[in-house]
Amino acid sequence: MTSDHAVDIDKHVRVYIIVFVALMVLTIITVAISRLHLSVPIAVAVALFVAIIKGSLVAGYFMHLVSEKKLIYAVLVLTAVFFAALLALPVFTVSDGYWIHE
Amino acid sequence: MDIPYTVEVRRDTGLTNGKIGIWLFLASEVMLFGALFASYILIRVGAPSWPRGDTILDVWLATFNTIVLISSSVTMVMAWASLMRHRFETFRIYMGATILFGLVFLIVKYFEYSHHIHLGEVPSTNNFLAIYYTLTGLHMLHVFGGMMVNAYFWGPGAKLWKTNPQWFTNRVEHSGLFWHFVDLVWIFLFPTLYLL
Amino acid sequence: MSEPVDVAPKPHVAHEVHHEELGFWRKYVFSTDHKVIGIQYSVTGLLFLLFGFCLMMLMRWQLAYPGVPLPLIGSLLGEARMPGGTMLPEFYNELGAMHGTIMVFLGVVPLAVGGFGNFVVPLQIGAPDMAFPKLNMLSYWSLFLGGITMLGSFFVPGGAAQSGWTSYTPLSVIAGTGQTWWLIGMIFLITSSLLGALNFITTIIQLRAKGLTFMRFPFFVWAQFVTAFLLLLAFPPLEAAGVMQLMDRVAGTNFFLPSGLVVSGQALTNVGGGNPLLWQHLFWFLAHPEVYVLILPGMGIVAEIIANNTRKPLWGYRSMVYSLIFVGFMSFIVWAHHMFMTGMGTTMAAFFQTTTMIISIPSVVILTALIISLWGGSIRFNTPMLFAVAFLPMFGIGGLTGLPLGLNIADIPLHDTYYVIAHFHYVVAPGTIFALMAGIYYWYPKATGRKMNETLGKIHFVGSLVCMNAIFMPMFIIGLAGVSRRLFDAGAAYAFAQPTMHWNVVSSWGAWTLAIFQIPFIFNFFWSIRKGEKVGDNPWQATTIEWSAPSPPPHGNFVHAPQAYRGPYEYSVPGAGKDFVPQYEA
Repeated sequence: MTSDHAVDIDKHVRVYIIVFVALMVLTIITVAISRLHLSVPIAVAVALFVAIIKGSLVAGYFMHLVSEKKLIYAVLVLTAVFFAALLALPVFTVSDGYWIHE
Repeated sequence: MDIPYTVEVRRDTGLTNGKIGIWLFLASEVMLFGALFASYILIRVGAPSWPRGDTILDVWLATFNTIVLISSSVTMVMAWASLMRHRFETFRIYMGATILFGLVFLIVKYFEYSHHIHLGEVPSTNNFLAIYYTLTGLHMLHVFGGMMVNAYFWGPGAKLWKTNPQWFTNRVEHSGLFWHFVDLVWIFLFPTLYLL
Repeated sequence: MSEPVDVAPKPHVAHEVHHEELGFWRKYVFSTDHKVIGIQYSVTGLLFLLFGFCLMMLMRWQLAYPGVPLPLIGSLLGEARMPGGTMLPEFYNELGAMHGTIMVFLGVVPLAVGGFGNFVVPLQIGAPDMAFPKLNMLSYWSLFLGGITMLGSFFVPGGAAQSGWTSYTPLSVIAGTGQTWWLIGMIFLITSSLLGALNFITTIIQLRAKGLTFMRFPFFVWAQFVTAFLLLLAFPPLEAAGVMQLMDRVAGTNFFLPSGLVVSGQALTNVGGGNPLLWQHLFWFLAHPEVYVLILPGMGIVAEIIANNTRKPLWGYRSMVYSLIFVGFMSFIVWAHHMFMTGMGTTMAAFFQTTTMIISIPSVVILTALIISLWGGSIRFNTPMLFAVAFLPMFGIGGLTGLPLGLNIADIPLHDTYYVIAHFHYVVAPGTIFALMAGIYYWYPKATGRKMNETLGKIHFVGSLVCMNAIFMPMFIIGLAGVSRRLFDAGAAYAFAQPTMHWNVVSSWGAWTLAIFQIPFIFNFFWSIRKGEKVGDNPWQATTIEWSAPSPPPHGNFVHAPQAYRGPYEYSVPGAGKDFVPQYEA
């Protein structure tokens, strides 16, 4: 490894520590907000929002997605589309019909 | 016979075979957990009533576990960074810590499950518990699997560092990607099951 | 990160003899060589196709002659299944469920993807092997374990799975032990496909030869590439669903069990709260892309053989490739066209009808391009070409008859009738299986160094073509008359079915005759290994890279690393010395 790499890694390590602290803070925030017992739709939206930020930090910095190659991005974008379809379409199909519980 | 691009990257993709392989595997895992989340949504939307997570589950234990898993993610990436800096002993310390954090996670889950079972709260009791046990159970299996791979690289697999340090570093990186993914799933699991 | 290094792969010297010679077990059984694994998959797939066919031939007796004892074989199957030689409805259901499961997951996919994919793709892209050879071996053995589990399930108390290959809940949840074995078997099979899929994708992207850009790939490679993505991303939800169904059966959960169920007059005391439609969504999320997994490799094979035997480039290669990618993508968002009868509202029904109509377009583009490719060609009517050309109208019939099923209003009278059975069998039986037969005759010389016998091949072809149509064409008639599928007496109990009952006799005799016509193929397959006409590297005067390797290729495949200099179908190039310019010749 060249010495450039060692310097790179030092920068990376600083980022890891910052992300770690951010994740801890966000964890505390998400638990604290849950104690407010907001209505279900709002609670879901807020929890999801925080989780997405935390997840993005893990994916972006720990998994190095911020500097990954295009091919990996392409695979993940495709996966994300199908993931969204899998989560959304079944419940739309059911709630669009007659027999759903009210 | 040598398969190319196991250690060095292919120039036009900028990737090694292993890096692509592990990300493809993680893509399939996203769909696997996605199906369980989709099931959670469908079942919950169709249920006449649904308990709020903290009325049945122990939020504090799970918060502790969340902190444990996030910490293990940091030690995991530090383990890889240590290899990049050619500090093998530091790698062993960080990797050891990662494995230990994983073990702590599993032990906490053991206590969680025992407590529920003791109270008669089992998968067949209701759908909340059914999906709780299934989601956390599958997640736990992944934690265990990841720990086994990490333990291999901490122990017998570490021999590879002497003969092919770059390949060893890559493999630890790939194992780390899996481990981070396991953390990522928990980041969504935790609020979904415990807080909502 | 890793340092980038110059991209040219090191030249691979073919090892005729290893430094340490591998023992019998490592060389032929637990091999990591893609060619050995490809042959293992192919033989396994062919054996299961035969077994699945036999299950159906048994069913066809009951359908042609409901309630009549089956001579000889009936008594062999025992009193628990065929008392007095007459088929029990439960046994009929076992045969039906396992016929479907075995044909799809243990027959076609292992042969088309595991067999042809593994053997041909690395050779066609100029690679020494797959990217992950050990993972490849694991994939095969996972399939093997799945196969053993499925076969074993016939012998458990209550017999094999009986709830259709679709295992709809709640019926499958309350079914006997065989269903548990089915679920465990599926987990092995799904794991095999997932591991294989990531191997194919990585291999195709990373190990292709110098100069082999994506738009110079043989269409077969593109087909396997898209198929691998379908397997990778669509299978996991079924794995999750399988685990959930296992939990419902074994751990008493109620994922798929609503409350208020009554079984044989007895009310169930389960907690309920589950949703049977959840199973259907998760199942069809896989099973729709799965049907494209069944057809795409076949289209790939047909494309190769048509180009080769018309001595012309494929017409519309680019549009075929884009169509392939589009089909793959769309296949993930059409699945609920299998669920039009489940009470979904008009908005979602409209959504799925629209996506289903849209997905028919790229399929038509591919089929049309293949047909147009024949125009003006110097056609050589060898056995692979006969099967490949027959594929076109057969797949055409199958595809076109799918259109009414994709429209909500037309689906209402046709859903779950014999019409559906006819539709999907046309695509898969004289569709995909003909393509696979074409592929066997075509690549057999590469794998063995000998050609299969042409006369036997032609007999096999003509007999199969006639019989396939005799079996499945009448089913459109029966289905349009309203006869439901999965009836163990073929509808004998219903007055409206009476006018069409005689067609079952035609189908059955078609099936048994089809079996006779497979004998020349089976004989040819084994006889030609020793007695077939010996050939060199390129017996078909083909242009793709696999034909530059020796027949059969040694471990490592190529003596010098191949390079691609042009597109895959440079046939009849004006001014060239011969009527083809191989992709690999400088």
